[in-house]
Amino acid sequence: MTIKHHVKLGLSALALSVSLNSVAAEDPIKVGILHSLSGTMAISETVLKDTVEMLIEKQNAEGGVLGRQLEAVVVDPASNWPLFAEKARELLAQEEVDVIFGNWTSVSRKSVLPVVEELNGLLFYPVQYEGEESSENVFYTGAAPNQQAIPAVNYLMNNIGVERWVLAGTDYVYPRTTNKILETYLMDMGVAKEDIMINYTPFGHSDWQNIVSDIKSFGSAGKKTAVVSTINGDANVPFYRELGNQGISASDIPVVAFSVGEQELSGIDTGPLVGHLAAWNYFMSVDSDANYDFIDQWIAHTGDEEAVTNDPMEAHYIGFNMYIEAVKKAGTTDVDAVKDAIIGVTVPNLTGGYAAMMPNHHITKPVLIGEIQDNGQFSVVWETPSTVAGDAWSDYLPGSRDMIADWRKPMFCGTFNTATGKCGASAGEMAAESN
Amino acid sequence: MSIIRSLTLLLFAIIMINPAFAQDQNTDSGRALLTNLAEAPASEVEDAIKSIVRSGDERARGWLEAYGANRLSRIKDTGQVVLVLNNRGRDWEIADPLTGENMGEMSRRELDRVAINNRIRGQLEGILAILDLNAADPDVREASARDLMGKVDAALVEPLQAQLETEENAAVRDRIQAALAIYRVGEGDLDAVDELSGSLHPRARAALSEAVRGDNPALAAKARQALAAIEQKLKLNSAAETLYFGLSMGSVLVLAAIGLAITFGVMGVINMAHGELIMLGAYTTWGMQQLLPGQPGLALILSIPAGFMVAATAGIIIERSVIQFLKGRPLETLLATFGISLILQQLVRTVISPQNRTVVTPEWMSGSLVINDALSLTLNRMYVLAFALIVFAGLMLIMRKTRLGLEVRAVTQNRNMARSMGIRATRVDILTFALGSGVAGLAGVALSQLTNVGPNLGQNYIIDSFMVVVFGGVGNLWGTLIAGLSLGTINQLLEPWAGAVLAKIIVLVFIILFIQKRPKGLFPQKGRAAEG
Amino acid sequence: MWLTRPLRERSTQLFLGVLFAALAVVTLLHLTMPEDSPFYVSSFTVTLMGKYLCYALLAVAVDLVWGYLGILSLGHGAFFALGGYAMGMYLMRQIGDRGTYGDPILPDFMVFLNWQELPWFWHGFDMAWFAFLMVILAPGLLALVFGFLAFRSRVTGVYLSIITQALTFALMLAFFRNEMGFGGNNGLTDFRDLLGFNLRTDATRLGLFIASGIALAIGYLICRGIVTSKLGRVSVACRDAEARARFLGYRVERVQLFVFVVSAMIAGVAGALYVPQVGIINPSEFSPIFSIEIVVWVALGGRATLYGAVIGAILVNYAKTVFTGVMPDAWLFLLGGLFVLVTVFLPRGIAGLLASRRKKQDEPTDTDSDTGKEATA
Repeated sequence: MTIKHHVKLGLSALALSVSLNSVAAEDPIKVGILHSLSGTMAISETVLKDTVEMLIEKQNAEGGVLGRQLEAVVVDPASNWPLFAEKARELLAQEEVDVIFGNWTSVSRKSVLPVVEELNGLLFYPVQYEGEESSENVFYTGAAPNQQAIPAVNYLMNNIGVERWVLAGTDYVYPRTTNKILETYLMDMGVAKEDIMINYTPFGHSDWQNIVSDIKSFGSAGKKTAVVSTINGDANVPFYRELGNQGISASDIPVVAFSVGEQELSGIDTGPLVGHLAAWNYFMSVDSDANYDFIDQWIAHTGDEEAVTNDPMEAHYIGFNMYIEAVKKAGTTDVDAVKDAIIGVTVPNLTGGYAAMMPNHHITKPVLIGEIQDNGQFSVVWETPSTVAGDAWSDYLPGSRDMIADWRKPMFCGTFNTATGKCGASAGEMAAESN
Repeated sequence: MSIIRSLTLLLFAIIMINPAFAQDQNTDSGRALLTNLAEAPASEVEDAIKSIVRSGDERARGWLEAYGANRLSRIKDTGQVVLVLNNRGRDWEIADPLTGENMGEMSRRELDRVAINNRIRGQLEGILAILDLNAADPDVREASARDLMGKVDAALVEPLQAQLETEENAAVRDRIQAALAIYRVGEGDLDAVDELSGSLHPRARAALSEAVRGDNPALAAKARQALAAIEQKLKLNSAAETLYFGLSMGSVLVLAAIGLAITFGVMGVINMAHGELIMLGAYTTWGMQQLLPGQPGLALILSIPAGFMVAATAGIIIERSVIQFLKGRPLETLLATFGISLILQQLVRTVISPQNRTVVTPEWMSGSLVINDALSLTLNRMYVLAFALIVFAGLMLIMRKTRLGLEVRAVTQNRNMARSMGIRATRVDILTFALGSGVAGLAGVALSQLTNVGPNLGQNYIIDSFMVVVFGGVGNLWGTLIAGLSLGTINQLLEPWAGAVLAKIIVLVFIILFIQKRPKGLFPQKGRAAEG
Repeated sequence: MWLTRPLRERSTQLFLGVLFAALAVVTLLHLTMPEDSPFYVSSFTVTLMGKYLCYALLAVAVDLVWGYLGILSLGHGAFFALGGYAMGMYLMRQIGDRGTYGDPILPDFMVFLNWQELPWFWHGFDMAWFAFLMVILAPGLLALVFGFLAFRSRVTGVYLSIITQALTFALMLAFFRNEMGFGGNNGLTDFRDLLGFNLRTDATRLGLFIASGIALAIGYLICRGIVTSKLGRVSVACRDAEARARFLGYRVERVQLFVFVVSAMIAGVAGALYVPQVGIINPSEFSPIFSIEIVVWVALGGRATLYGAVIGAILVNYAKTVFTGVMPDAWLFLLGGLFVLVTVFLPRGIAGLLASRRKKQDEPTDTDSDTGKEATA
């Protein structure tokens, strides 16, 4: 009797997994969306899923591309990093999607990366990140550190006259790398080591009393002080509240944040935050017709008059349009053809300019500094005179100083070492020799 | 550019402003001034502001405030400068800055914001602060005098001394004197160091530090002495501050855990959905603020009973639908309530939004209570601390002094005996669980003032809550109170030298080791109930 | 011998039979069927199943301590993750100079965070035998120290559960710290090969899947061997009446410690097999929620049956895979609802359902499904 039950169970499990293999109709272009819809990252990522769906709808209404409609394939990696890799594999191997738009956190991208490379997929990654990466199969439409952190620090130094720096971040790779870069950069600019304070806190940190009090006393040494914040998502609300309550205003110690956008502000009472800064490549308040149209579309799509747009959404907007352009240019959705075609593709961004895909798979972006306003929006106070091309390998980290990425033939390399003239491993040989 | 120049200019303006000038105005000059401001390139904004101040127009202050608050815009078509009354959404409500007349709504596309940045805003604040030095309200005067500390320059000395003559309020006088002393220390005045020696104000300290670094040896020595005295005082203050931080963090832990101390400690239900009940309380606060727009304070107060009711109702539903079937199987309650917690989280995500919600802090809860220049206690945390103690006291009262409390204790100690004495155990179960859940809701109301209100809120507190209850001793409310406050204090004491993460790890290891020493927590239950 | 004795039991034969049959069928279908055949099992599915098998092994380890020892461990994810990290460190060292920066010794994350040399605890992990030893020893040692302290001072019930939770939570926070040298939040990833086999080939994936199946079989046998031995009877006695067992002269804490350490080691092996298949190990495996989930798998499958744990783990994770794809917005409702319904209506899990149906039709034959009274928490 029990044998039957066991076997039945085993077989039905097997049968079900086999059924996963079934492939849907070939005709539409399949767009995989790999954003967490549950778990801790759902807060940030759900809107990106909606954005891609909206862009697909719009493209379909305009007749699709190459006469084919687009079809979204949505999966939920549930803020679980191994699940990201598994779902990416599902999208590429089972669903056979033509392109994936997805990921937010660095760790999820790192988890997906080997899968995308192995199965030769296309991934558009829309979030600002730490750099130090350039994959043949990934397109980085968010900012690299030189498109966000360094211009922001320049602004503080030159326009606000900041001399003392607090680099506060959540303890993960993006803040660590960014702060390493900034520390080197600041010291190069002649800032003394004792004028830099670095602090790391865990994810979702909610008790900021001590740290804010430290910042306050660090800032009372008579030199203009600013906080460069790479504090992630959830931890920001209690951080800003504590700042406000301990009486630190933007004119005393301004905070410039790299991870606080309109989406995050929509969950904060912005009253006490007015005047604090953020550096992004897009703000919802940007005064351009493309942006206003996008906002109208977004509000219509969500049906929520209060819905906000943010920088990663713009990155998806650019990435999506670049993909469409590249497919048109290549005349096919074949991954290798699209990869070749997309380099050099230029599409309008939402800030009234153009974004171009560079050979290192990063894009050109303007850098904007915005001040938080009481309506939860940013007002742009400064912007780079022209767009800045994303730098995959930072000039301020010892390991990557000599590296460049160029995915055009004949170089076709993500880790080209200009010092040795070799692709990849050569940096290691140098390190080994110098040891 | 510099503050010195703009302040000098202001003094000039203050002297110049008089009724005779103010009356002699016409709308055209105002319009021209504003247009001038709106059109000025970055380098000339300052001049544009100057001319507005110099005009003596009595509406100038309003304009500058609006400018500072990003509320000045231009209509793209006509170039007219308007005041933005409401800048939320796609259509903005605007008014004429000259007459104050409301001009209705206009699409954001049609408007062009008059740009301002932090530097200009800083200058504006200074300008407005000096204007405030003449305000009727002494508090405003004191605040503006405090703002002037460290900003005084040669041009300001004389008018400030004149102000000192006429100023009646002692506090304001002290501030002005300190402000002047800071200036004089910078000029090398030895006596001024004495005046500053007691001051805890950061700017006074900054001035003294600078004097120590300076090239006047006599001054440096004296300043060093004064600084040493200040440091001594600061140490005391920072000890007090750390203690407050600790108690405040502890009170949060107590609040989060106290409901669990009832559902878990008293009833033995390992309630993994406790965090989500807290979340419900926080969302109730948000909902209340949506119902009563513009009155966050009232909404918050009403949220206290409402949050309690919502969470208690949810508790009753959970008890009736699930937990009552799991009597005597505590570990199963863990699994079932874990399922419930997943459902509640996703419910909030689906029904409300996966995004965090804005909960506004009412005016009377923002800011801090200033004890002295180096020590101020943040108000929202103080309220939460007090609230935690009140909730705790209320619970103790219920458990000790009411019929319900008596019955709860009876049922916990010996269910069968209690039933044979005529106590309706099922009813007691429901009420106890409702009480525990309701208190979790109260915690949510309080936490909405400190942290994010979002679907993950509960997850962040559930583990800490269990730690506190277990550390304090299951089934003992006093234990929960002591455990929460002491864990919070230990954490905050460790934080400055260990860092936030390490401090937390050390506290966890401490709990693990402590449980080895006292396997039943800080205050173990005694007698039969302990074997329950 | 204690390890082979279970082979004579019908339930063990059955379990192993089904397990090996499934392994064989999947392998055959994967290798022989053409890709367009409806019976073809893709390497994606093979890896997925390999992952389920690792989870199943982990669930067996949890069932051993929870079902037969009465210790509700809410921290078994820690042992799983430690095993995984040991394997991950080995895999990282195997990358050698093929990493982004091409450093022959230092893993990438250390290079770009400016580490000058390898931390001491990374030494030795370039050797497979050492790494595999650590897969077992690291979790075993942690369990030994933790268990020694906890059982000696007779921490029981909920207190024990909560401090196991504290343990895994503390480890999670520690591993999140970048200063620790385990790659912080990003963890260890971008693995290339294992024992010289390229991890990105289908053959290696199939090999790992089969290895996971065999590990599950051995793990099951070990647990079965323990629970059918005298030691197992004593541990059940400890579970049902600890004080009584102690009064009868049994050294309860030693039994508990032994079983706990064995269970931790099995969990470590599960983690080690899991990592190369999913391609990443990160501190979130230490998260208390994950450990609770493991317990839920066991409860769902049926506590104190071992095979129930396997069924529970595979079923829940399979459901997760399907629902996160098919209805991403609603899967948490389903998952949560499942937990609630099972605990309320199927208190002894799926295995209990099977057993009670069998009882109706058959005479009850095996004694092990008789879990007796629930241990009080």
